[in-house]
Amino acid sequence: MTAVALAWRRAPVSLVAGVVILAALAVCALAPGLIAPYDPLAFDYGALLQPPSAPHPFGTDQFGRDILSRTIAAATVDLQIAIFATLGPLVIGAIVGLLVGYYGGLADAVFGRLVDLVVTFPFLVLVIAIVAVLGPGLSNMYIAIGVVGWVFYARLMRAEVMVLRGQDYVSAAKVLGYPERRILLRHILPNAARPILVYWMTDMALAILLGSSLGYLGLGAQPPTAEWGVLIADGKNFFSQAWWITVFPGAAIVLCGMGFSLFGDGLADLMDVRR
Amino acid sequence: MTERPQPILEVRDLRVRFATSRGEVRAVDGVNLALAPGDTLGLVGESGSGKSVTLRAILRLLRSNATTTGEARWRGQDLLAMPEKRLRALRGREIAMIFQEPMSALNPVIPIGVQIAESLQAHTALDAAGRRRRAIELLDLVGIPSAAQRLAGYPHEFSGGMRQRAMIAIALAAEPKLLLADEPTTALDVTIQDQILKLLLRLSRELGMAMVLVTHDLGVVAETCERVSVMYAGRVVETGPVDRVFTAPGHAYTDALLRSMPHGGVARAPLRPIPGLPPRLDRPLQGCPFTPRCAYAEGRCGAEAPPFAPVAPGQEAACWASDRLARREVPA
Amino acid sequence: MSKAGLIAARLLQIVPTFLLIGVVVFVLARLLPGDPVSAMLGDRASDEAVNRLRQQMGLDRTIFEQFAIFLENAVRGDFGTSIAFRVPVTSVIAERLPVTLALTGLATLIALGLAVPLAFVAGLNANRWPDFLIRSVFQVGLSSPVFYVGLILLTVFAAWFRWFPVGGYGEGVADILWHLLLPAVTLALSFAAVIMRNLRASVLEVLNAEFVDFARAKGLSRRVILTRHVLRNALISTVTLVGLHAGSLLGGAVITESVFAVPGMGRLMVDSIFARDYPMIQALTLILAVVVSLAFLVTDLVQMALDPRVAR
Repeated sequence: MTAVALAWRRAPVSLVAGVVILAALAVCALAPGLIAPYDPLAFDYGALLQPPSAPHPFGTDQFGRDILSRTIAAATVDLQIAIFATLGPLVIGAIVGLLVGYYGGLADAVFGRLVDLVVTFPFLVLVIAIVAVLGPGLSNMYIAIGVVGWVFYARLMRAEVMVLRGQDYVSAAKVLGYPERRILLRHILPNAARPILVYWMTDMALAILLGSSLGYLGLGAQPPTAEWGVLIADGKNFFSQAWWITVFPGAAIVLCGMGFSLFGDGLADLMDVRR
Repeated sequence: MTERPQPILEVRDLRVRFATSRGEVRAVDGVNLALAPGDTLGLVGESGSGKSVTLRAILRLLRSNATTTGEARWRGQDLLAMPEKRLRALRGREIAMIFQEPMSALNPVIPIGVQIAESLQAHTALDAAGRRRRAIELLDLVGIPSAAQRLAGYPHEFSGGMRQRAMIAIALAAEPKLLLADEPTTALDVTIQDQILKLLLRLSRELGMAMVLVTHDLGVVAETCERVSVMYAGRVVETGPVDRVFTAPGHAYTDALLRSMPHGGVARAPLRPIPGLPPRLDRPLQGCPFTPRCAYAEGRCGAEAPPFAPVAPGQEAACWASDRLARREVPA
Repeated sequence: MSKAGLIAARLLQIVPTFLLIGVVVFVLARLLPGDPVSAMLGDRASDEAVNRLRQQMGLDRTIFEQFAIFLENAVRGDFGTSIAFRVPVTSVIAERLPVTLALTGLATLIALGLAVPLAFVAGLNANRWPDFLIRSVFQVGLSSPVFYVGLILLTVFAAWFRWFPVGGYGEGVADILWHLLLPAVTLALSFAAVIMRNLRASVLEVLNAEFVDFARAKGLSRRVILTRHVLRNALISTVTLVGLHAGSLLGGAVITESVFAVPGMGRLMVDSIFARDYPMIQALTLILAVVVSLAFLVTDLVQMALDPRVAR
């Protein structure tokens, strides 16, 4: 425990702040029923468009649904977006980047062209275009993001592997006749993983921004699913009279994004990753 | 010392401490230096001995994590105490400095000509045409061929030796009275090193410019300097005329340093690396800092710091074993 | 290679890039669910009409022939007829393109105007309170979704204070600016955050560079050092950054235009998806990618002009 206590004290402030924010959101996401005071989908025609008050700290919407409960319930979907939209790209990108960076050659040349091509398409536009093909919805959104997103991980991994490939200990392992699989997994992967892990945090923040944007446009999560972007879209027509329907879910997005960014910054500090 | 003329630069009890994450580091710990007009002083020592920090401290170029105390008197005025604005008027105008790595010391995106001209603009009344003429003159002076065409060139278009010449030209723009040269030849090939040293020597003679030459290469000092100060662990341990210090060192460290050099001053002696490492500077040192590595060390060396004392005319050293060095008298 | 050679090589690079963009968009269109003809004509079209259109679109040829026809049409600016507008796709986009370019251009100017001075203040005061303050504000900006910022600005400055129109586009420069200012500010905030973060880092890096020490040793004034030595070096990296973000800026424009009902390409894209206007989506994707690759090209050329080290 002392080691943990020591690590905690040495940890960068941003890391601590990030952990606290994400932990709070994770509790909301894992057990919304325990914290949320109301059923997020329950209509209450006796309390329509109520401003924030003691029984409804975040107010209610045009159907009398409790905004606090809906914001908490949406955390489940949005954190799910953060993970599901990035995990596939992380794994695929890491593998491709590792192989391309280590073996180089034709595959690397092809990969280079692919990166050039992918960055030419505005990410959101490409994702929207793919969603247009597949049809709106969360799972199609994951596919659309994944089709493009892995490239960025692979690019990062490739650069890191290229540097490591020339390092003495890798050459030594080669001279000792270690099998390539062992060199790749034991010697290169652990050392190349740090920048990609830090980027993963940033990417989760981006995924939430992207996911809620698509939700807002009606291309991501579909109502009545409580998702922060969807909640904001629901409330936008009432913004002038009932700002709370929109403002609180939006604040949740900002908070969540900051949580991931701060955590990522702290991690970068801790792992000494340059960005 | 009495026969020497009034010094133009006099550094007294210079101390520099750096605040680091691992505590305070005493990089320079009580340095004294004196320089007469036109004098050439070599400042030698291993890396980390505080030579470069001393130079930068004199011109107050250190970062904000450094604390500098002591005095650095330039013609009687303390550089360390004067307002930034007055110091700025002296920098480049009276005291110039050149760095080890011209590639990083020159701005990569500004043409060489502009980098010379901005110095002239800061310190002279020349108009644009005059500055251009003078810049060509300066490049000529440091031996850069077809100077007029090279003015528009960028640092990366110059070879290593030419870059160092260009940096010297920039430093000399306002005809300073003192040049602080921080390892000016370390980053260069051996043949080019020699050219640059000869150039510096020639310029200091022609322009009557004093020079402090920081280096870890005793050969360079032997070739170029009249006087030498040897630094160890942030202190000057010995100072004197080069021919005296290199033939009859007064400090055990100088002696060891000379023996470790393939072509050191001591003729045909076997090459002997100095055992051990320099002391860590993040904790207070007791006695002479060289004691743990010293072949001549005796009881009091580790307990009591030896005073800086004359060993010969113009030569001083802080060593309890000064008189035993010549006789190779090592304690049992 | 000489500078002229580099520029020529860079200009030639645009050809394969355009070709590959064409491939991607073509493949994307072929992946559409169902038959594009029935999508365009609806289920109740006569067989004769379907066949005629299939022939017209070249769907009865091989995939390579189809691609060649697609490319040929694209080069001529012919992307077919919009399902929603019933006019050539190109004529609709031609109206919308200047709107989006004006919006993103204005947003870039605002972002630079905000980020450059503040990055300097932050970098020069690194780890003191102005730095912390500026970084914290921009951190919030970086984590705020564009549509959320847009809605707040829209409500506060357009609906409550009535300083700006609630949406749409104007006539004449002043009116257009008045209409675009809020959307442009919305779009600029997160972009400014990205620029600020990077520029601050590069200001810090330059301040610690040895050439700044040498400049100080030369006796240059702080003003000269900052404007000539620090600003110039730090801005070179910013130019690259601005160019690299052309894509995310256009992506942001899609959302901003939707929030503020700005009649640009982004809003058109979203509308087209709900209208299943596939020819329009295809053309928009292609044109936006071409715009980005042109932005990359301009960035590289500007970088070559600014940074003497580029010519190797």
